[in-house]
Amino acid sequence: MEGAMTKGEIVLGCLAPHPPHLVYAENPEQNEPISEGGWETLRWGYAKLARKLKTIDYDAMVILTPHWQTYIGTHFLGCDAFKSLSVDPIFPNLFRYHYDLKVDVALSEKMCEIAKEAGIISKMMRNPDFRVDYGTITSCHLLNPNWDKPVVTVSSNRNRHYYSVEVMNEQAIALGNACRKAIEESGKKVVLIASHSLSHRHFTTEAPLPEDMSLEHIYNHSQYVWDMRLVELMRQGEMEQIIDLMPEFTEQTIAETEGGGLTWMMAAMGMPNYPAEIYGYQSVIGTGNVIACWDPNENTREVVL
Amino acid sequence: MSEENPVLFGLYVPPHPHPLLAPNENQGWGELRDAYDMCRRRIEESEADIILIYSTTWPSIVGHQFQTLPEPEWVHVDDDFHYLGSMPYKFRMDTEFGEGYRDAAENRGLHARTVSYHGFPIDTGSVVALSLLNPDNRIPACIVSSNMYANRAETIVLGKAARDTLKAQGKKAVVVVVASLSNRMFTEHIEPHEDRIHSPKDEEWNQKILEFFGAGRLEDISQLSRDIHGQIRIQKVVAYKPAWWMASAMGQHNNYDGEVLAYAALNGSGGAVIQLTPSSESIGDKEFDEDDVEVYRGDRNVLESGGGDMQAAGGVEGPLVETDELPTINTSKAPAPVGAYPHARRQGDLLYLSGVGPRQPNTNEIPGGPIEDGKGNPLEYDIKTQTEACIQNVKAILEASGSSLNDVIDVTTFLIDMKRDFEGYNKIYAKHFEEIQATRTTLAIQALPTPIAVEMKVIAKAR
Repeated sequence: MEGAMTKGEIVLGCLAPHPPHLVYAENPEQNEPISEGGWETLRWGYAKLARKLKTIDYDAMVILTPHWQTYIGTHFLGCDAFKSLSVDPIFPNLFRYHYDLKVDVALSEKMCEIAKEAGIISKMMRNPDFRVDYGTITSCHLLNPNWDKPVVTVSSNRNRHYYSVEVMNEQAIALGNACRKAIEESGKKVVLIASHSLSHRHFTTEAPLPEDMSLEHIYNHSQYVWDMRLVELMRQGEMEQIIDLMPEFTEQTIAETEGGGLTWMMAAMGMPNYPAEIYGYQSVIGTGNVIACWDPNENTREVVL
Repeated sequence: MSEENPVLFGLYVPPHPHPLLAPNENQGWGELRDAYDMCRRRIEESEADIILIYSTTWPSIVGHQFQTLPEPEWVHVDDDFHYLGSMPYKFRMDTEFGEGYRDAAENRGLHARTVSYHGFPIDTGSVVALSLLNPDNRIPACIVSSNMYANRAETIVLGKAARDTLKAQGKKAVVVVVASLSNRMFTEHIEPHEDRIHSPKDEEWNQKILEFFGAGRLEDISQLSRDIHGQIRIQKVVAYKPAWWMASAMGQHNNYDGEVLAYAALNGSGGAVIQLTPSSESIGDKEFDEDDVEVYRGDRNVLESGGGDMQAAGGVEGPLVETDELPTINTSKAPAPVGAYPHARRQGDLLYLSGVGPRQPNTNEIPGGPIEDGKGNPLEYDIKTQTEACIQNVKAILEASGSSLNDVIDVTTFLIDMKRDFEGYNKIYAKHFEEIQATRTTLAIQALPTPIAVEMKVIAKAR
């Protein structure tokens, strides 16, 4: 019915960690290095969530990633397409991925515009030479290996570095609310992605064979306990409590939640009070990673774990 | 300065792309660009074999990384300042140096690796610095990362490893640190003409640092790094490390002619182009508040430890894990090994020293004289002097390992002529070890690999 715009909606929210090891372990044709596998618990979890995504009708993925770090406000991808080589600066031995992605620029502009109206410092990124960060590439590849949906990347404003974790949390909530409003006004169905791990204490040496699973374990027990506390709250649908805990969790586990991804996504989704679907938890080079999603549709929501 | 100094001069330059991409939009940005250009000309006129860059905008996590792709080529765009334009580049790297630097860093106990991949994301700071300082690739470069977790000891040792490599390869370098002074930027968009230092406090501290630089007091700035970080640095790369590295790579002193060539705001942060040229007539004094470090003895490898530090707080500078297996130790203050072995190795709470004789570090001279000439003809020698020199070498290795002669637990001594030398050796030994009461075994052997009469092998407590 022309002229009567349907209200847009968020059809799924995914917590999608981006260790490049998972792409490396899978040996997709886009990635140059070759592996013998590894990190199966996470990869199988991702495969299952990717299957669920295929059953959902959506127009675009919107992803907030801590590896596009901006200090002057929040930035949004603003070119129609990007095609290049993504090389992980920490693990170039594992991740050299040839990507080719489309951007939903109209949606991106809408989010930038509404964020500005809400008083959030925002900017469109229009430089066609810009290299899309590897967090976006990794999470999107694992959720949608066919790359048949357009993407919008939202940068991670470093409020945590300039101010505090508390300020990060508040700013991310404001940004989430603005993005929800923009999505509703866009009339589109959108999958949100918070691209990050939980605990992020990191081994600072690497096994001779990176995929040697006999050497993989969580950095230490306290990090594991923190991760499990959050996972349990996710299973119980206590997202408001998680966001309240976020500053302490982030401090104690030097978590990538400092980038605001989970807080942003939960705010955009109205702080879900229903259980998350947990698709897997495993460490990658010491960091704690959980794959989870929040499905607002009661009819398709599953109890995975 | 000594002719042996492998560093011709040092430069401290800002990482932001404004002097490269928009020098005409703000007077200060233009002045920084002019200063960059002056440094370029000085490099061109120098005898530098290599430009060695430590960039604070290249954070690494898994050890220290060295760029070794011979000709990295890309079109770089900054994450924040993408609207200023793209930065196409093609650089020339000194692969031999990068690999040597990695080896030297490992020899000093660091975890290190080279990166040599097409498309590796060279950071904004390195791209800006190399584009402006070496636009024609007249001189090859080496870029080293700034490890996020590295503390002072690790960063000092990384600087020393750079000197090791320069000396080993006989190269002369211009060392370049790419870093801001105060690094707090405005968090909202500003017009170029609105640019200024973010706060009066940042300005005040920047002026203090510039005063030190201007007086050539690099080592003093290094010693003040923690204060500088606490006062005018946001967390980004954890601590104000560049002065640690620069001071260490340039020789840990204050004997420089310092020139502040430009200073201006770059979106609120403090950008400066500074040259430090080694001199014998500068201020000279230094205020050491913290110890010097030769070898990094910490360890970050928890892969096989069965778990990390349970007490570790979340902060990235919190205590990290120590494991049983610790690195090997070498020191320039003891005679060079004559084979593929280190001076010492730590295992658990113990230090195991390789056998060490009386040869002098650097010169290989044998105090008390060699036992034979080059043709194998016996010579007269003084066992007491040889024994004394031998013990001093043991002491030097122990001290380089953070231990001391008082920590010695067990000594095995090898003499080539027990009948002739035991008494003299025993007297000197007693002078040093009578109170220490280490266990001892003395053996007569047929020969040692160099023309010496005595060698000692020691086990000591590690500290």
